[in-house]
Amino acid sequence: MKWNVPNGLFYTETHEWAKEENGSVVEVGITDYAQDKLGGVVFVELPEEGDVLSKGESIAVIESVKAVVDTYAPVTGKVVEVNRELEDRPEALNEAPYEEGWILKMEMENRQELEELMEQEQYREHVIKQEEEEQ
Amino acid sequence: MSRFHYLPLTDEERAEMLNDLGINSVDELFTDIPKTVRFSGEMELPPPLSESEAVNHLAELADRNYHLQENPSFLGAGVYDHFVPAAVKHVLGRSEFYTSYTPYQAEVSQGLLQSIFEYQTMICQLTGMDVANASMYDGATAVAEAAVMSCNVTRRDKVVVSRSVHPAYRQVLQAYFDARDFRLEEIPMKEGTLDGEEIEAQIDDQTAALVVQNPNFLGMLEDYNGLAEMVHGKGALLVAAVDPISLPLVKTPARYGADIVAGEGQSLGNFTSYGGPLLGFFAAREKFARRMPGRISGQTVDTEGRRGFVMTMQTREQHIRRGRATSNICSNQALNALAATVYMASLGPQGMKEVASLCLQKAAYLREKIESLTGYRVVYPGPYFKEFPVMVPGAPEELNQRLLEAGIIGGLDLGRFYPELENSVLFCVTEKRTREEMDKLVHELEGWK
Amino acid sequence: MRKEKALLFELGRPGRRGASLPPVDVPEKPLEELLPPEMQRETPLDLPELSEGEVMRHFTELSHRNFGVDSGFYPLGSCTMKYNPKINEEVAAFPGFTHLHPYQDDATVQGALELFYLAEQGLKEVTGMDRISFQPAAGAHGELTGLMVILAYHRSRGEKRKKVLVPDSAHGTNPATITMAGCKAVEIPSDERGLVDLEALKQNVDEDTAGLMLTNPNTLGLFEEDIDQIARVVHDVGGLLYYDGANLNAVMGYARPGDMGFDVVHLNLHKTFSTPHGGGGPGSGSVGVKEKLIPFLPYPVLGKDGEGNYYWNHDLPQSIGKIHSFYGNFTVAVKAYTYLRMMGAPGLKQVSRDAVLNANYLMNRLKDYYYLKYQRTCKHEFVISARQIKKNYGVGTADVAKALLDYGFHPPTVYFPLIVEEPLMVEPTETESKETLDDFAEAMKKIVSLAQKDPEQVTSAPHNTVVGRLDELTAARYPRARWIPEE
Repeated sequence: MKWNVPNGLFYTETHEWAKEENGSVVEVGITDYAQDKLGGVVFVELPEEGDVLSKGESIAVIESVKAVVDTYAPVTGKVVEVNRELEDRPEALNEAPYEEGWILKMEMENRQELEELMEQEQYREHVIKQEEEEQ
Repeated sequence: MSRFHYLPLTDEERAEMLNDLGINSVDELFTDIPKTVRFSGEMELPPPLSESEAVNHLAELADRNYHLQENPSFLGAGVYDHFVPAAVKHVLGRSEFYTSYTPYQAEVSQGLLQSIFEYQTMICQLTGMDVANASMYDGATAVAEAAVMSCNVTRRDKVVVSRSVHPAYRQVLQAYFDARDFRLEEIPMKEGTLDGEEIEAQIDDQTAALVVQNPNFLGMLEDYNGLAEMVHGKGALLVAAVDPISLPLVKTPARYGADIVAGEGQSLGNFTSYGGPLLGFFAAREKFARRMPGRISGQTVDTEGRRGFVMTMQTREQHIRRGRATSNICSNQALNALAATVYMASLGPQGMKEVASLCLQKAAYLREKIESLTGYRVVYPGPYFKEFPVMVPGAPEELNQRLLEAGIIGGLDLGRFYPELENSVLFCVTEKRTREEMDKLVHELEGWK
Repeated sequence: MRKEKALLFELGRPGRRGASLPPVDVPEKPLEELLPPEMQRETPLDLPELSEGEVMRHFTELSHRNFGVDSGFYPLGSCTMKYNPKINEEVAAFPGFTHLHPYQDDATVQGALELFYLAEQGLKEVTGMDRISFQPAAGAHGELTGLMVILAYHRSRGEKRKKVLVPDSAHGTNPATITMAGCKAVEIPSDERGLVDLEALKQNVDEDTAGLMLTNPNTLGLFEEDIDQIARVVHDVGGLLYYDGANLNAVMGYARPGDMGFDVVHLNLHKTFSTPHGGGGPGSGSVGVKEKLIPFLPYPVLGKDGEGNYYWNHDLPQSIGKIHSFYGNFTVAVKAYTYLRMMGAPGLKQVSRDAVLNANYLMNRLKDYYYLKYQRTCKHEFVISARQIKKNYGVGTADVAKALLDYGFHPPTVYFPLIVEEPLMVEPTETESKETLDDFAEAMKKIVSLAQKDPEQVTSAPHNTVVGRLDELTAARYPRARWIPEE
């Protein structure tokens, strides 16, 4: 597969990833597949620290030159940190979507929601299926 | 032979094309219009005119109007009779500019994109702000969109506007707000300027913005000492509508803390045009760039590192963000902005300063002469820029009728908009008014009543 | 052919002037006497200083770096880039029009008011509506005005409806306008015919529906054949029908929005009625309404008294208010009126006939080289797709557009409507000759060949323009919207 899908992360159908950190905090971003489809990221509209969001709600808005897409919360929770570096260097999201390109960290309300998400293999299949549908 | 000289297709060509399509008549291309909505017969319109007949007809309509080239005018109130250098017409007349559209294909629109970039720069230079857009419809809608933007940025739904702001701007604000369930409140005037004491009371943590105008509608320069601090202290934005002609002499809105500047740019190289097309200009602080409405031209490079210009931050706009766009604006007043660009480039800093000074000095002259007449009184102490309200000894309508008979277009009847200013007239003096014209006006005023 | 161009700020020298002013002819007072020091400008005014000749050379050079309808074929779909008659420019420049002040007494501008009146009568006939307002300054402005009128109408009947329906093929201004009007946009999918899915429409209307915004023909250039039923479905729930007049060029003399069931209409005078686009404006988005909506129009509204005198009527208690400082873009209305008088009914009908013939002819010439999703008669515009070329050679719509620039054509609209993949929306208009269409078709054909043989030539286009392909990505990431002097 031409896109990177690291092991150990959780994935949503809408191409976000969630990485478990200490306590009930998860780090959230978009996948390599998503950033590739989006093209060069121009601007990221981040939420405010303290915002409470439900699973599936729009948490950030990502702009490329010709498109605007929503990023959806993989789990319900409270935003505890946002990646301010994206304000200065939005291209970090393209260059390193799983590392410097992380978008925010949230405090999960219910770990169950995380376990309902896809893991590496399932997500890979999901991407393959999406690609086929587009042909 | 076609009598419609804008349509190149000859009957021969049409026949060839129909043949290519395998049909016999163009009517076959309209069968998708159901009979129930098909228009039958011919539209009832006057028969087509040839070019010279059209010119005669339009000339006859134009001739029936008293206009500013024939009659010196003392009307201002948002639209002004300023000098327009001949060069403006010659640049605007270049059809590469006026027959083009929005520069979506940047590589063949560098002319327009660069001139917009120059326009944006000069608006910033005049106002002191960081970023300007390529134009809005007019001063009123520019102010209305500034107010809407403030609500979006602060996530609040109330805007406070000074009653000394142009009545039309307040009316347009009201209409835009009525549609959104935003609230508009007015701050009263005191002695012809915004009431400083009232402001503190009315601006609270629900207020998105305070909208002011300087010089205000009555031509008076307002005192904004401490205003921005107070407004910002409540988490609100300061929106200032300004007269670009005044800016070479008057303190810039950037210096008195404005966050957004909007206003009427018609004075910069455009004619009064019976109120349209006008030129709304819009500028803001850097941090608000991505929240601004309207097109913005930005500098970039091509594949070989050559400087060029493109429409930038297009994701704010309707063609990309659609329902979540910063505004629905698509077509703007591009050609009028080009006129402004040519105007500012032609006058330069010295010329613009001279225009401002001439307006200031001449208005002061007229003011002094009118003050010396019995029965006439300049309503408030000022200071004034290029217009001022005068209490007159009778009905302004009658006065203006008399002035018209003397070949002068008199000022605006203020009683129309401010009940407390019944029998007051707003006189405007631009750099185009000569001493003779002003003396003649004073003579007529003296002779009346 | 590649050439950079200096900015105004990089030209000129301190001390140069490009305009002259008369000397002050009144006794001069010291500045502080008229303008208190604390109200005076503090920072120097940093504008360029050029002679008149330098100004003219600068803008003349800029005009050479710009492409308009007078430069060449400009088939921008949805924009109706027809030829702009020069007589329009001549008459709109009469001082009797340009040198009028909007606050002049009505009695002194009877010629202007009569023009508004006559223009209104003409547009009423073309659209089948009962009153026209020229106040909106652009199409989007007209949309907002029209929606406000619709909402005011519902409010007058004690109803606060908040939903407005739009087809998924709608122009971006439609949903953006809906948001500005404080409503929620509900998208109705298009069916396999490319038209509004009637079933989906029926499922989505209810008592919260303020109206449906539609353009007919739609953005695919296809006539909404079910318009009768569509109108009925919306009217049955008490909603109103709004007509986006962007595509009126296709049906003049054949169908009128007023007869199709539309309650509110906006026209784009800068599209259908030949007024120039001006590089992005000024346009005019005149709004037409049916009788029951007249009370809600923006004020003032034109009146005519018993003696035939025209006046502005400000007494409209149910009006939505003002949406422009004055009466709209008057000199644009002058141009549109001139065109209307020169074309008359037979001319306008011929316009639509030739516009539709040109579009179908061109579509037929292109369909063998570009994918045509809707294989049926179009009206004045059509949408082709570069999806096969993208798939096979990696050359997409944007690349085709850039390659066209090298052939001296302005490209069609790209990336709209969103419901077609890699779309190119082509609107030739009636003012183009058969040979121009043939040349364009030839160029489009050549681009496909080139894509096949040497795709890199296409993806690196344009080559013959004053600048190469421009980096929009960096411009959007790190916007530089003004010139800053280098230190």
